[in-house]
Amino acid sequence: MSKPVLEIEKLNAWFGERHVLKEITLKILSQQVTAIIGPSGCGKSTFIRCLNRLHEVVPGARVTGTVLLDGTDLYDPTVDPVMIRRRVGMVFQKPNPFPTMSVYDNVAAGLKLTGMRRRSVLDERVERALRQAALWDEVKDVLHQSGASLSGGQQQRLCIARALAVEPEVLLLDEPCSALDPIATARIEELLLELKKSYTIVIVTHNMQQAARVSDVTGFFLLGELIEVGETKQIFTNPKDRRTEDYITGRFG
Amino acid sequence: MTRTLSLRRRLTNGFMLSLTGVCTALVLGILFFILGYIAYHGISALDWDFFTKLPKPVGEHGGGMANAIVGTVKLLALASLIGVPIGFFGGVYLSEYGRKNTFGFLIRYAADILNGIPSIVMGIFAYTIVVLPLGHFSTVAGGVALGIMMIPIAVRSTEEFLKLVPASIREAALALGLTEWKVVSFVVIPTALRGIITGIMLDLARVAGETAPLLFTAFSNRFWSRGWLEPTASLPVMIYTYAVAPYDDWHRQAWAAGMVLLMLVLGANLLSRMILHRQLRG
Repeated sequence: MSKPVLEIEKLNAWFGERHVLKEITLKILSQQVTAIIGPSGCGKSTFIRCLNRLHEVVPGARVTGTVLLDGTDLYDPTVDPVMIRRRVGMVFQKPNPFPTMSVYDNVAAGLKLTGMRRRSVLDERVERALRQAALWDEVKDVLHQSGASLSGGQQQRLCIARALAVEPEVLLLDEPCSALDPIATARIEELLLELKKSYTIVIVTHNMQQAARVSDVTGFFLLGELIEVGETKQIFTNPKDRRTEDYITGRFG
Repeated sequence: MTRTLSLRRRLTNGFMLSLTGVCTALVLGILFFILGYIAYHGISALDWDFFTKLPKPVGEHGGGMANAIVGTVKLLALASLIGVPIGFFGGVYLSEYGRKNTFGFLIRYAADILNGIPSIVMGIFAYTIVVLPLGHFSTVAGGVALGIMMIPIAVRSTEEFLKLVPASIREAALALGLTEWKVVSFVVIPTALRGIITGIMLDLARVAGETAPLLFTAFSNRFWSRGWLEPTASLPVMIYTYAVAPYDDWHRQAWAAGMVLLMLVLGANLLSRMILHRQLRG
């Protein structure tokens, strides 16, 4: 059994007065894919946005509880959220490459803007990230064209490469395939299976088949609560909670 | 039933489409009419002398407006030096830090009121704070008046264009572990830069034609204005003076001055676009 990278304890989150996450306690294990499933509005996205302290950038948002990343509490007042975000990368629902930057600069952005200037290092890291994101062969000849000129699926892999280039320990993906067609989705899923060899991955998904295909552990959220978490196989074949069973068999949601 | 509905929709569609077409044609028509009219009247007085010579005394033929052209360029440069940084940084503050707080609200409100102040009042204001203490009219006073006039539009247009940058782009940058000021300076502002510059160029074009505030501040000058502390000629004031004078020759020169003013604004616009274009590529 691999060791936990993220240990979440009694995590609560609010948007203003709205209590959107309630007492979440969960361990996320290293080099595994953890899937978060649940109906819309159940707090899945908010949950992973608490793991890189991105929840708090929304005005009125608030968090309590602890999230330990290799033993350091993310919410300790002495911890700089900027440093946390370098260790916990994120890919969003809609591909969001920086529109004014080339493919190369998109991938290099995280490094360049944190002070890395050496061309040789940048070249190498950009190529490695693009290869990890299975995009290198498609873009190696158009590195200096705008990132926005790629197709939707390519843009999403570009965003994955951009997140990987800063070499985070954990990669969070917030419904990364919801704006993509089935072929592009399949490519991203393949990619995740490859990436979990070196990264810890947390993926939020609407698509239960996707969770079943790519994840090792699945957590089911409902109305801001973590109803059940366990090995993906067990969750999908033999859920312990009635509500989980209802959801995965399509009785609601 | 479906047929009558589709007929009604076709008619409405046709009507609205022609309405927008007619309005577009009107806008462009008026614009080209003005441009053409100015060019038609101005071109005859536009020669090399116009750009290189000083105005001739009353009654003498010929001469040019070299001093007014240089004066306008100096006034606009000074106005931009005051209006653009204050407007730009103010806009960045409003969009990035002052969206919901009271201070942001106050600045936004102040900018909107400032924008509504008649330009002649702005002239009197600059007269009190610059001309009176110095004891004479000057380029500096004119630049200050125009610069203050630029601020509200620069602030509000910068703010609006920055607000158009989607939250997803900001979040992507934050999620890479960039500090807030780097997100703003290297991701958000570049994304909105084209719009911001368009806004500022429109702002500059607006003050380029202001006459009233200059009458109290830069005044005018039949000769070269040395440095920044002497009264200076400017194209709008020259147009005003020459257009109301009873000489045909002066009327033609006023038209020519109008044309040069237009070309200056157009030139500044093209130049900024070229620089921007090159930067986005490089």
